[in-house]
Amino acid sequence: MSTTLIRGAKVLGGEPQDVLIDGETIAEVGCGLSAEGAEVVEAGGKVLLPGLVDLHTHLREPGREDSETVLTGTRAAAAGGYTAVFAMANTFPVADTAGVVEQVWRLGREHGYCDVRPVGAVTVGLEGKQLAELGAMHDSAAGVTVFSDDGTCVHDAVIMRRALEYVKAFDGVVAQHAQEPRLTEGAQMNEGAVSAELGLGGWPAVAEEAIIARDVLLAGHVGSRVHICHLSTAGSVEIVRWAKSRGIQVTAEVTPHHLLLTDELVRTYNPVYKVNPPLRTERDVHALREALADGTIDIVATDHAPHPQEDKDCEWPAAAMGMVGLETALSVVQETMVDTGLLDWAGVADRMSFAPARIGRATGHGRPVSAGEPANLTLVDTSYRGPVDPARFASRSRNTPYEGRELPGRVTHTWLRGKATLVDGKLT
Amino acid sequence: MQRHLISAADLTRDDAVLILDTAEEMARVADRPIKKLPTLRGRTVVNLFFEDSTRTRISFEAAEKRLSADVINFSAKGSSVSKGESLKDTAQTLEAMGVDAVVIRHSASGAPYRLATSGWIDAVVINAGDGTHQHPTQALLDAFTLRRRLIGRDAGLGQDLSGKRVTIVGDVLHSRVARSNVDLLHTLGAEVTLVAPPTLLPVGVESWPCEVSYDLDAALPKCDAVMMLRVQRERMNAAFFPTEREYSRRYGLDADRMARLPEHALVMHPGPMVRGMEITAEVADSGRCTAVEQVANGVSIRMAVLYLLLGGMEPAVTHSRSEEK
Amino acid sequence: MDTHAEADTSAARPVLEGPDIQRVLTRIAHEIVERAKGADDVVLLGIPTRGVHLARRLAAKLEQITERPVPAGSLDITMYRDDLRLQPPRALARTEIPGDGIDGRLVVLVDDVLFSGRTIRAALDALNDIGRPRAVQLAVLVDRGHRELPIRADYVGKNLPTSLRETVKVQLAEEDGRDSVLLGAKPAAQGGRLH
Repeated sequence: MSTTLIRGAKVLGGEPQDVLIDGETIAEVGCGLSAEGAEVVEAGGKVLLPGLVDLHTHLREPGREDSETVLTGTRAAAAGGYTAVFAMANTFPVADTAGVVEQVWRLGREHGYCDVRPVGAVTVGLEGKQLAELGAMHDSAAGVTVFSDDGTCVHDAVIMRRALEYVKAFDGVVAQHAQEPRLTEGAQMNEGAVSAELGLGGWPAVAEEAIIARDVLLAGHVGSRVHICHLSTAGSVEIVRWAKSRGIQVTAEVTPHHLLLTDELVRTYNPVYKVNPPLRTERDVHALREALADGTIDIVATDHAPHPQEDKDCEWPAAAMGMVGLETALSVVQETMVDTGLLDWAGVADRMSFAPARIGRATGHGRPVSAGEPANLTLVDTSYRGPVDPARFASRSRNTPYEGRELPGRVTHTWLRGKATLVDGKLT
Repeated sequence: MQRHLISAADLTRDDAVLILDTAEEMARVADRPIKKLPTLRGRTVVNLFFEDSTRTRISFEAAEKRLSADVINFSAKGSSVSKGESLKDTAQTLEAMGVDAVVIRHSASGAPYRLATSGWIDAVVINAGDGTHQHPTQALLDAFTLRRRLIGRDAGLGQDLSGKRVTIVGDVLHSRVARSNVDLLHTLGAEVTLVAPPTLLPVGVESWPCEVSYDLDAALPKCDAVMMLRVQRERMNAAFFPTEREYSRRYGLDADRMARLPEHALVMHPGPMVRGMEITAEVADSGRCTAVEQVANGVSIRMAVLYLLLGGMEPAVTHSRSEEK
Repeated sequence: MDTHAEADTSAARPVLEGPDIQRVLTRIAHEIVERAKGADDVVLLGIPTRGVHLARRLAAKLEQITERPVPAGSLDITMYRDDLRLQPPRALARTEIPGDGIDGRLVVLVDDVLFSGRTIRAALDALNDIGRPRAVQLAVLVDRGHRELPIRADYVGKNLPTSLRETVKVQLAEEDGRDSVLLGAKPAAQGGRLH
């Protein structure tokens, strides 16, 4: 059994301590631990966090291996400090059967960079008509706990109600992509002053808020958990805050890009800024940051959505929606939440590891950095600041909105159950 | 400095006046026995039309030919584009053929901007209408028509449209003509009022430099020109208005409404007109309607734009927005 | 016809003053009447900007001499220039052909300074697109030499031998508030070609 001593790391941003990893678990946390027989990693004041957990990743395999595979996606995850990712179901074929989810789960195990927890489709073929075999997916080796038609909204109120009820049997959760379809026909960007000027079809905030309002009421009515994917508007924050105050079991995620970018960027007509839900306004960005700080929004999830170059190298309306995010998420969170004083590193650990693991029931992840816990860890050089260089991404795709932008923080090491997947910024 | 004409909002007042003045001189060429100038000899201009528009294409083609440019017409229908070739590949193919300027019409808002800024090509890009975004040469020819009629051919030289009141009526939401005209007329000092049913105004119109009204009858008596926008019948099916009849009753221009305009006021229409919808045949055929004149003026304006963007080693037109950046 | 501006007129030396210019134009008018045998089919076309003012002055003098109206107009040559691609596009000036046109008539082109001859070549091309004159002649206030094309003036106000390092600037009351022809030194940094 190998042992590793991480020396002088600020655990969750606290005072420097040593952390000894023995095999797959954390053996000891303290000051002046003996390095005897152990490989030593000098942390030198870097911040040690529990391995990050992403509740919302698109790995694209099977079907769109030209944009990402389980291997490239999990390598990107490890490079971004993640030890577990939830892989969305909108693959080809759709992950709506035990067979597909098991395949994705196995590929993750084999590659060994990051645990892959497949998300099962709520409805067959994401068509919103008939429930997929949710129980079978849960009972499979993949042990699916999160169900989502992400990419499309479960817009039929009856189907949504039944799904919310049904997954209670095995403590599952439905993650809703909140987008009222009729209000977003032909939608290209946030509806507002900028869309009016640019002549691009509007994606109104109300199309998201109306679905969230309906779904929290449904969840309250049937006593189920509901999770809101990539919440993007100030109005959605208000609804979730209200629902939580009423005791409704709702959780919500925000993406890094919605914490940083606004629809003003669409003026460039560069589809690298095209994403669903769309970039919103300055006011929304501030509301989202505050909601993440005060816990109304529970977690940060990347909505890592790789696309090949040709799907972005075109005119705006023809371009695919989505941005890669795994390798820049922590930097954007540091920029928008930590460096602004809204959240400390313990808060980051909660929003990016503890809480997402809890919502997704990801056993072994999102655990405290203390003796006896699985050694899923990530070490961050928070003093670093530099431009984003997509050429260095481990992801197969390069559709990042941050190319050339200076961001703080760099993940230098990631350990998955004691095994280093990233060392000095290089994948193993 | 930008070398392209993408949006009417990019033009300063002085740029716009220079284009109008230049167009006034270009218009005189049409009165000569030989309606041709050697100015763009040896320059190649491609009319890259991804969307059908015979009128605009012919207007550009006439302008290009009067300036002696070599003209290539490229229509996306039946070409490799319909077989899935991208805008980027098409543009680069044309660039490889040594094209100096691309006049682009595209159904996607922002396609000309993308073509001009993506680094795909070096050619000058002129927007001939993109989606529901902009149609800057249409706005320029409308301003030209307004200046000629309201101020005069010679008296207008060097002048803008300060204090003129223009009412734009119809489907503003889907209109690139409305967007371009609001921007340009505002730059030229005119006061613009948009009149439309609320369903056909974009959310966010409050931030435009113009007034907004739902009442056509109230706007008519105090305007110097009323510009009618085309309203497609299909909009009815998407519940933008209940019926064609109701639309024309509330927002169509008929003889009664025309009588409410001041004596000197013009009736403008960018064409093609939907008679019986936004305008009655009686109004369309009246002496106050400048629709045909607008078409003629379009050639002069496009000659002016081509000359100013392509005639020298660099364009004469400055772009306020790009300089602010 | 080229760049008139930016030459430092304070350091420039006047070679013709107001009365000289009047005298010279009177002489040219008489020469035109003499050579055109009464000038009854003459059309004067000035090349903008200052050539147009000179053409109008000549027309007035011709009318005094012949006691008949003499048509004068302007001919903008901008879009016929051979150096369009070497500079940013210029604003266009007015081409104003008098009512009866130029077909079968004697067109006298009028410009302020004759230098390389390229302006006149462009003017001949422009004329070609407008009609077919019986003959074309050229009148200039100053001929400063340095021709680059086989072109000569029929009527010259003053032959002014110059070096290429010198500038010739014509000022006319209509445009500049005074009449004079100034000979100066070309500023070192001046990029554009001056008269």
